[in-house]
Amino acid sequence: MGKLWLICIASISILLPFLCNAFSPETPTDRRVLVLLDDFAIMSSHSLYFNALKSRGFDLEFKLADDPKIALQRYGQYLYDALILFCPSVERFGGSIDVAAIVNFVDSGHDLIVAADVNASDLIREVGTECGVDFDEDPSAMVIDHIGYAVSGTEGDHTLIASDDFIKSDVILGGKKIEAPILFRGIGHAVSPANSLVLKVLSASPSAYSANPKSKLSTPPPLTGSAISLVSIVQARNNARLLITGSLSMFSNRFFRSGVQKAGSQTKHEKSGNEQFLTEISKWIFHERGHLKAVNVKHHRVGETDEPALYRINDELEYAVEIYEWSGTSWEPYVANDVQLQFYMMSPYVLKTLSSDKKGLYSTSFKVPDVYGVFQFKVEHQKLGYTSLSLSKQIPVRPYRHNEYERFIPAAYPYYGAAFSMMAGFFIFSFAHLYSK
Amino acid sequence: MATMPASASDLLKSFKLKTKQQELLIRVSILCLVYILAFITRLFSVLRYESMIHEFDPYFNYRTTLYLTENGFYDFWNWFDYESWYPLGRIVGGTLYPGLMVTAVLIYRILRFLRFAVHIREVCVLTAPFFASNTTLVAYFFGKEIWDSGAGLVAAILIAICPGYISRSVAGSYDNEGVAIFALLFTFYVFVKAVNTGSLAWSLASAFGYFYMVSAWGGYVFIINLIPLYVLVLLITGRYSMRLYVAYNCMYILGMLLAMQIRFVGFQHVQSGEHMAVMGVFFLMQVFYFLDWVKHMLSDTKLFQAFLRITVTCAVAVGGIALGLGMVSGYISPWTGRFYSLLDPTYAKDHIPIIASVSEHQPTAWSSFMFDFHILLFLFPAGLYFCFKRLSDATIFIVMYGLTSMYFAGVMVRLILVATPAVCLISAIAVSATVKNLTVLLRSKNKVVQTGSTKGSGGSKSSSKALLDQSQPFQKNGAIALLFGAFYLLSRYATHCTWVTSEAYSSPSIVLAARGAHGNRVIFDDYREAYFWLRQNTPQDAKVMSWWDYGYQITAMGNRTVIVDNNTWNNTHIATVGRAMSSYEDEAIEIIRSLDVDYVLVVFGGVTGYSSDDINKFLWMVRIGGGVFPVIKEPDYLVNGEYRVDKGAAPKMLNCLMYKLCYYRFGEMLTEYGKPPGYDRARGVEIGNKDVKLEHLEEAFTTSNWIVRIYRVKPPNNRCPHNVETPVVTHLGDVFPNGSNIHGQSGTCNPQNLGVCLDLLGLVDVNLGNAPTKPCCSLIEGLVDLEGAVCLCTAVRANVLGIHINLSISLSLLLRNCERKVATEYICGP
Repeated sequence: MGKLWLICIASISILLPFLCNAFSPETPTDRRVLVLLDDFAIMSSHSLYFNALKSRGFDLEFKLADDPKIALQRYGQYLYDALILFCPSVERFGGSIDVAAIVNFVDSGHDLIVAADVNASDLIREVGTECGVDFDEDPSAMVIDHIGYAVSGTEGDHTLIASDDFIKSDVILGGKKIEAPILFRGIGHAVSPANSLVLKVLSASPSAYSANPKSKLSTPPPLTGSAISLVSIVQARNNARLLITGSLSMFSNRFFRSGVQKAGSQTKHEKSGNEQFLTEISKWIFHERGHLKAVNVKHHRVGETDEPALYRINDELEYAVEIYEWSGTSWEPYVANDVQLQFYMMSPYVLKTLSSDKKGLYSTSFKVPDVYGVFQFKVEHQKLGYTSLSLSKQIPVRPYRHNEYERFIPAAYPYYGAAFSMMAGFFIFSFAHLYSK
Repeated sequence: MATMPASASDLLKSFKLKTKQQELLIRVSILCLVYILAFITRLFSVLRYESMIHEFDPYFNYRTTLYLTENGFYDFWNWFDYESWYPLGRIVGGTLYPGLMVTAVLIYRILRFLRFAVHIREVCVLTAPFFASNTTLVAYFFGKEIWDSGAGLVAAILIAICPGYISRSVAGSYDNEGVAIFALLFTFYVFVKAVNTGSLAWSLASAFGYFYMVSAWGGYVFIINLIPLYVLVLLITGRYSMRLYVAYNCMYILGMLLAMQIRFVGFQHVQSGEHMAVMGVFFLMQVFYFLDWVKHMLSDTKLFQAFLRITVTCAVAVGGIALGLGMVSGYISPWTGRFYSLLDPTYAKDHIPIIASVSEHQPTAWSSFMFDFHILLFLFPAGLYFCFKRLSDATIFIVMYGLTSMYFAGVMVRLILVATPAVCLISAIAVSATVKNLTVLLRSKNKVVQTGSTKGSGGSKSSSKALLDQSQPFQKNGAIALLFGAFYLLSRYATHCTWVTSEAYSSPSIVLAARGAHGNRVIFDDYREAYFWLRQNTPQDAKVMSWWDYGYQITAMGNRTVIVDNNTWNNTHIATVGRAMSSYEDEAIEIIRSLDVDYVLVVFGGVTGYSSDDINKFLWMVRIGGGVFPVIKEPDYLVNGEYRVDKGAAPKMLNCLMYKLCYYRFGEMLTEYGKPPGYDRARGVEIGNKDVKLEHLEEAFTTSNWIVRIYRVKPPNNRCPHNVETPVVTHLGDVFPNGSNIHGQSGTCNPQNLGVCLDLLGLVDVNLGNAPTKPCCSLIEGLVDLEGAVCLCTAVRANVLGIHINLSISLSLLLRNCERKVATEYICGP
């Protein structure tokens, strides 16, 4: 009996870390993903995508979007690390989920993939708006491209388009170049130019426009050309990552498997780029790539090791920080040559590029400016695709103490001489005056 | 008298000795009583409230004193305070007058040494009364020096209870002035003593007195300008003497060297324009001495006259050239704005709003003279008359002190304090001389034989004698009547002083008291509530932005970093805060973020009727902000030159940050019975913008009486969706100042399309609240609340004639059903 207990406790204690390893700064990769679907048919029609995720170790939980039992959190704890919304037509979520709940989910640092489609519901549009993109307001509009469409057996209405206008970032799309164009059929969206957080990962070609393919075009379409974004990503300020696309079918097995030939192009690809593109981008979304952490921020005077509570003007100091990048399984040193440090008080007084030892340690040394005040060590490293590193540490800089000035200044010797000769002169004068009779 | 027998004269002598002893006893006991009186009359505030520090500046002094007790003098001297003036910081040790703190700590150490287990706070609270008591002693000796011991005693009594002095020296008023007035009067007394005696020792004492004054208060500039002025007057009136030479030179040289040891003064003492007069007079003294010597050597007066002319011309020319060169080369700094504003009362108002904004820097009203001086105001000219009648070096000094300080008291309210000792002394001369004359009259009647033996004061006595000769019969009654009159006046004075002390000057202003409806006392302790909230609920390094008035209190009681405080050394920084407060929220948030502000604190009196709140101070923020940043313009906040917060207020006023922070959620509140919600009791109006929405800030804490409101600055939006415009709320039908394009082009109001909604409105059952169907909502979708309503109203006016519905209800219902947030009822204008 005792043995059984022991085994129980041992197994719990072994399992517990695994049970608890949700999203955490130490292992930023997501684990538990909730997938909300319009109907379970999508599970099979998009199984390639889901299987790719499962094979990478994600724990997918499929639910119908209007399932009354779904919930994102219980007892104040989030049950999932990421959410995939493959339910473009849902009018109202079941359970306790609504737009506000999704927004809170993202705002507390969790990731989200939203796929809309033609006739997307207002709910999904609203989620898109909250994420910073605007789907075409016409519910039946689709992205049409009479030049960059994908050649298929039937002539069609050119709503199946093949796009290869990717964002140029190895961090987001992986190191391997995506050769084949991406197949896309769905609605387009626009990204607000004022919003700096949204990035167009896949843009439509300049000849594309967004309109209802069934009806005749009477007014100029509101969205045209490369202003149309097909797939957008958002990295929120808390490093939550979001993917928004206007096409659910681009995730489907059919699109994954089908060959593609872009109109006007002779090369026919055996397989569309969808699988590679969406897999790579899901790695980015789920923090398997491009996630940085900074640890061991240290600063001290040259020749000392302890961190002082405040510096004095003109002190020489050394600053060091270790930056690591998450590779999906472990923390690797982050190698870059453009990490900069600011010594900041309302404006940067010192701006230095940190030198790296290629093992993750970035360091520099400089002289505190001849200005006192409350400074900050600021590292603001915001690089496309990487999580933003924003370290700031407040440190006061004091002026000299009264006894830290030079005691004897050579330039003042005339004054010293004057003072002492005056004293001596006064003494001699008094002496002479008093006793000269 | 010579014929008196020896035994009788012996008897008389012993009797005389006895009266002298008696007199001494009486004098000492009077002084003791006055000493105690001066102390206890200042304890009202402790009895009424508790032993606490008052007002604003004393909190800084208290904080520094605490630092001094905890860290010792050297750390205090080199203290760099990074909790104030974020992010600039302040070198506290080099920018304060340490006299007060050192004094308090010294007293504290002595008490500790004597095994009295007191807290430093109690020492701080009682420092000012203690020094006020000491001032009465100095006043006695000073009065004795310039007139006689009777005048000294009266002066001691007058100054002990004079409201002008009490206002700055009640228990808890732990401010520089508390000890500085003692130092000021002491320096003057010792200097006059030195001039009278020509003693090096006394002038050395006056140099040390001056040093103490310099270490205690910036008002030392008054001493260092009054004394040379006095010396100059003596020189001009031909009263130059060796005594004066010794007293002045010794005091100046030593005083200067000592004063330069105070870091805040340093080389200013030889370089700034304010200190030039004393140096000029110093050189003039040497010229006078030299001339005296030449006169002594030369027997020929004609030759001396020529020499005198040449020398004086040369000296003045050289002095003028030196001053001019110094000014041009920048070696001598020009006068500061504060000094200018003293000489020219209108200067500050035009050039330095930050000085003009302080209530105690305003020109004095007659009523406050009456309030602070009472009968002394009438006795003062009488005393001047007596002084002129018996002109001496000492009386010339007190006359000059009285006249100059009265002028300054007229320029600035707070300088009544400096005038008070002079007024008390001069009035004491009047009282003492009058009473003495009257009693001499009374006595002379009874003991006609002995009048000759008493050696009274010459001038007054002879005049009274003349009076005595003329009108013998009524004189006694008249004298008695006058005496009673004098005592009546003095007793009125005592009553008035006590009343003023208890009613006006003993409130700590950090705790407010008011009378409730049933005559009971209501205490508003909101300030401390807010500061303790800050101390306990905010991160250690949180930065709090408030108007500078509250800076010292926040650092001292809340222990949090502030952006600006009462040490108004950096006008730009204050102007930045003023600009943030008077901008729209969107613009303000940029400034707030650039200053790393975490919390914004405002003081609001609309609920309690507390009138010195931020809304009433707001125009000064606008002025000070506009002085540095011309984008802030005062007329934008006024309507026809009038400052209002009600419906008729300027649109910028209704939407600026300060207004929003003060009146956030105030529109829902009923403050007074029979008044509409959102009735501001401090200004007696219903506020104009009841639907205040905050975007970048959120309410963090509001004290129980709403006096202090603290807002948290929200972090930047995590996902930055579309710029959700905060609706600018006005009432429909009101004229928009810049037309309807407040919202730019974002709205796509097409009244024709909204016909669909109007049809619904006509049919909608208000009671059942049937939701208008989707097409209507999607039409309103792109519009913010106000625009939606405006658009609907336009639609109503444009094409609906037959629909009779309660539009205000329906509109709100409609908008609400479309899930738009509407807090106010919109009413379509005609």
